[in-house]
Amino acid sequence: MTQLQKYWIAYITISRKEILRFSRIWVQTIVPPVITVALYFLIFGNLIGDRIGEMDGMSYIDFIMPGLIMMSIITSSYANVVSSFYGAKFSKHIEEMLVSPIPNVVILLGFLTGGIARGLSVGLAVTIVALFFTSFNVYNPLLVFTVALLTSLLFSLAGLINGVYATSFDDVSIIPTFVLTPLTYLGGIFYSIQLLPEIWQKISLINPILYMINSFRYGFLGVSDIDLSVALPIIIIFIVILFTACMYLLNRGIGIRN
Amino acid sequence: MYALEINQLRKTYKNGFEALKGIDLKVQKGDFFALLGPNGAGKSTCIGILSSLINKTSGEVKIFGHDLEKEVIQAKSKIGMVPQEFNFNIFEPVGEIIANQGGYYGVPSVDVKKQSEYFLKELGLWDKRFLQARDLSGGMKRRLMIARALIHKPELLILDEPTAGVDIELRRSMWKFMRNINDQGTTIILTTHYLEEAEQMCRNIAIIDQGNIIKNTSMKSLLSTLNNETFVFYLRQSVTEVPQINGDFEVRLIDEHTLEVDIPREQTINSLILQLHGQGLEIDRMRNKVNRLEELFVSLINNKEAPVKN
Repeated sequence: MTQLQKYWIAYITISRKEILRFSRIWVQTIVPPVITVALYFLIFGNLIGDRIGEMDGMSYIDFIMPGLIMMSIITSSYANVVSSFYGAKFSKHIEEMLVSPIPNVVILLGFLTGGIARGLSVGLAVTIVALFFTSFNVYNPLLVFTVALLTSLLFSLAGLINGVYATSFDDVSIIPTFVLTPLTYLGGIFYSIQLLPEIWQKISLINPILYMINSFRYGFLGVSDIDLSVALPIIIIFIVILFTACMYLLNRGIGIRN
Repeated sequence: MYALEINQLRKTYKNGFEALKGIDLKVQKGDFFALLGPNGAGKSTCIGILSSLINKTSGEVKIFGHDLEKEVIQAKSKIGMVPQEFNFNIFEPVGEIIANQGGYYGVPSVDVKKQSEYFLKELGLWDKRFLQARDLSGGMKRRLMIARALIHKPELLILDEPTAGVDIELRRSMWKFMRNINDQGTTIILTTHYLEEAEQMCRNIAIIDQGNIIKNTSMKSLLSTLNNETFVFYLRQSVTEVPQINGDFEVRLIDEHTLEVDIPREQTINSLILQLHGQGLEIDRMRNKVNRLEELFVSLINNKEAPVKN
């Protein structure tokens, strides 16, 4: 058996373990974001949405739908990796991997696969729930899938960095609460940035989540505040930066080796 | 080629504490080797470096000739590690913990199934394979870690206090199991606080103290340096005074039926028994006051000359 085949077995093992982890506790990992988004659809879409009227030439519920799906993908993929990685550190079973002959990149890819799987599972579940509130035709399914995949990858990477530095369970929730949620809400889920004063439009452009939500919205509806040729490269640049950071942290053993 | 070769290994922690001060150690292939030392001596740091959980400051570690830094994958694949603390996911079923570890080492699932069935049966955990690890008793958890460490058939098994907190009956069955593993060719490095365990199991020994190896020899030659041994004799008759014994015996009266005697290396127990018998005293039972290795260990750590012969 070649070394590459051994790495493949190790990758499949970590990925399967990560997917099993969140699948076993689906009531905690899949159901809550679905309920939250269903409430958003009900309140902001059906109840308040009708009074708001149209946004970017479409009904308000259709406008917010891609952003809400994206929000659940972001929070789920991030939460999966940060909680799994920190949990493994906390109960020391991360050592099972660290003593094994697995390159760090395989460990990283295994955790990322878990994060992506949860992000996409929740995204799919939320999309199905959306169908109960509105009907829609997907403008570009390939783009929708690509953006969902890249976004869940990006936030899985971010979750791993958080997991590396976390020294308590409080640290696991600080970034999602104080950074991720505000950036997501201000990333154009509920509004088009064209509605903002010019200065706030420019400030919004430094929010990376804006690019993801708009790319995703373009894939679903064919409308976006941001040019896709700008949005996609920005997402990819962020992925490259975070991937490099993750590899650096794992190779240096920061937070996991003494 | 050595199973383990350590050259000038140093570890200084961020707070400036020097846990290892340039130790050298060689463990022969197939050996059953004891690495002993008091708490805080540097054992755990040394094992942490071997298991790649602690980064060394300097020095060289080779596992079956593979440098742990330059040929990390080859070196790691030869090691099986049983740590002191439980380090598995307590919410995972036993069988899954073993299977995952096999997967991390790149063992195909068919082999993992075969191996895990064998080791779980050998260690009495087969019927617990579907239980979550948190539902196991302390002794079962220790055995689970041994089964997990063996799943990829390591050539070097490092056991860091594998029998801590395990009752004597189970400890003995674990000793038997470890002996079998060693007989099949696996090199074993054992750290333990049960010195009786080390004395019975290990052929060679290193004692580490304050970051230095202070003794590295065969168990037989170390035990032969013991200058005197203390025995406790339980007498059938009662005595009120210490019996007069010729020779270099040092006799103490513990109670009216119990004597404690330091027997020098050049004297025989037989000579003592004959003298006691000559005074009309019959010996009901006798035992070593403490384990021989324990006596040596304490004297080495306390830096005493006696009872160790130089």
